[in-house]
Amino acid sequence: MNAISQFPLLEVRRLTKTYGIGDAAFQALKGINLTIQRGEFVAIMGPSGSGKSTLMNVLGCLDTPTSGSYIYEGIEVETLTSEERSLLRRYALGFIFQGFNLLARTSAQENVELPLLYRGISRKVRHEKAFAALTSVGLPTKFASTPGELSGGQQQRVAIARAIVTEPSTLFADEPTGNLDSVTTREVMEILTRLNVDRGITVLMVTHDDEVAASARRKIVIKDGIIESDTKPSV
Amino acid sequence: MIWNAFAIAVREIGRNPTRAFLTVLGIFIGVAAIITMVTLGQGATIAVKAQISSLGSNLLTLRPGAGFGSRSASAGVPNFTEKDADCLGEQIASIAAIAPVRTASLSTIYLHNARSSTVTGTTPIYFQISKWNLADGRFFNEADLRSGSAVCVIGNTVRKELFDTGNPIGEKIRIGRASCEVIGLLATKGQAGMGDQDDTIIVPLSALQRRMIGKTSSHDISQISISAHDGTDSIALIAEITTLMRQRRNLQSNQDNNFNIFDTRQIAETLGSTTQLMTMLLAAVAGVSLLVGGIGIMNIMLVSVTERTREIGIRLAIGATAREVLLQFLVEAVTLSCVGGLVGILLAIALCASLARIISVPFNFNLQINLIAFLFSAAVGVIFGYTPARGAARLNPIDALRHE
Ligand SMILES: Nc1ncnc2c1ncn2[C@@H]1O[C@H](COP(=O)(O)OP(=O)(O)OP(=O)(O)O)[C@@H](O)[C@H]1O
Ligand SMILES: [Mg+2]
Repeated sequence: MNAISQFPLLEVRRLTKTYGIGDAAFQALKGINLTIQRGEFVAIMGPSGSGKSTLMNVLGCLDTPTSGSYIYEGIEVETLTSEERSLLRRYALGFIFQGFNLLARTSAQENVELPLLYRGISRKVRHEKAFAALTSVGLPTKFASTPGELSGGQQQRVAIARAIVTEPSTLFADEPTGNLDSVTTREVMEILTRLNVDRGITVLMVTHDDEVAASARRKIVIKDGIIESDTKPSV
Repeated sequence: MIWNAFAIAVREIGRNPTRAFLTVLGIFIGVAAIITMVTLGQGATIAVKAQISSLGSNLLTLRPGAGFGSRSASAGVPNFTEKDADCLGEQIASIAAIAPVRTASLSTIYLHNARSSTVTGTTPIYFQISKWNLADGRFFNEADLRSGSAVCVIGNTVRKELFDTGNPIGEKIRIGRASCEVIGLLATKGQAGMGDQDDTIIVPLSALQRRMIGKTSSHDISQISISAHDGTDSIALIAEITTLMRQRRNLQSNQDNNFNIFDTRQIAETLGSTTQLMTMLLAAVAGVSLLVGGIGIMNIMLVSVTERTREIGIRLAIGATAREVLLQFLVEAVTLSCVGGLVGILLAIALCASLARIISVPFNFNLQINLIAFLFSAAVGVIFGYTPARGAARLNPIDALRHE
């Protein structure tokens, strides 16, 4: 192994997250230690309410931890300004939300183009990339439809297309197949695997589905805000 | 980055036309109301001032009776005599010109047209005191007065009603018992708040007395018009006239004045400040409507704040910076406010132009009030449109997304 690959993609130490204050305080993460290398495909599992989404939000720079350190590609994330974190999200991170979070009254195409718009990419290239991304998730005919006109599974696929259209270096996927049938689930897993294998994109994926988790080479189980088990690939 | 924000903002406006329309409406109503009210108020002030200056600027009018509001007290009070006028003119140095006036309402007939007109009998100097100009013909002169010639000068309203479109000069009309030649036509003064000034016939006092009604007593002068020299202190002049008139009318020191003096300059000042007050009142009303418009905008913004906060969360999550998001919201608010403001100005101009004609006041485009209304409403729009976004853009993206 060379020096570069030993330098981890991201590393968290004693990470905690507490929601609320005083009597209403609830500690959702109780000291997470985790190191992820470039090119890994990690499945995160665990019962509902165990803190999976909370961890993903912190790792995806959407939320700030209560304590602990988070280093992404050698950058101490806590020291970044909110603007710098925005730029990190813009150029390095992709996020698929458990609740989709698409812009209302906005066509699928415009939703997918949005991250490209903030990257300052020209109209023509935006159209091409959005078309490619929507086609790859199996939605080539739903360009003009707004989220209100799409089924849950279709909305989820638009959200996936939006996250992968920028080809981020790390993709966070919070239950990306939660609303999909088995055929589409297999298609989406194929896309994620291809991004991981062909493009070297690191994928962190939350799932409840053992079959889906089987696509990943590493499996982390979280329970009550602590990592219960971490099954590394057998080398 | 600006251009990008602009493109996003315009798209975002188009995505929610109802919200955009209501925002524009709020601003537009406020701007139109404030401009219309202030412009019309100022037009009215100008009209009143013009009317008053057409009465004569340092004109005093002496009338029998205790004055305004005590009409009953004027019953039984003697009128003035021609001697009163002569005496005032001789003894008070600051009087520039003085004219005794007797008025009577008489029937006037020309061919088949008849009407009742107010006929003023006076001396030639009256034309000068009351600032009448000629449209045609001539005024009567001292010779006409001495001989009591049956001549008259008529106002434009009388001309229209008796002669229609014909030329009145040289024609004979019947006034009361006498046939009377029209020798002059007065230049029009227009409608005043106090009635149609052009509905008048002016004849030599002697002709009115001898030919048209017959002299009934020496106390037949119902009004004395006085103009003062420029720069005269009208308070002192009024005091002088009062002293002299009390003496001439044999009033004891325990008796009140049985005459009153009407000072046009004072009236002008009172009316001027009253219309100014009116304008300010209208502006205040308009200001309230602008405020209501602003509250309307605030309501729209508050109603949509959940959706907009989520939108901000999504934009932040996919990599927009807080600054870019705020710029977009600022551009949206400015665009809507400006559209509303401009439409408001256009509507106000159209409204002012037509309303000014209906209520016959002059219409002057007032750049200042247009600018003030525009800027104020734009500020309202921007503040209410932009402030909610500022709070949301400071949140962690996930908190903005969770907003309920
Ligand atoms: N904003 C919040 N305020 C307070 N408590 C929160 C908040 N978000 C999450 N929690 C709590 O933190 C715990 C972990 O939530 P999280 O969303 O991370 O669970 P999860 O593992 O993703 O569950 P699921 O599988 O159902 O998505 C839960 O008990 C939840 O109630
Ligand atoms: Mg979750």
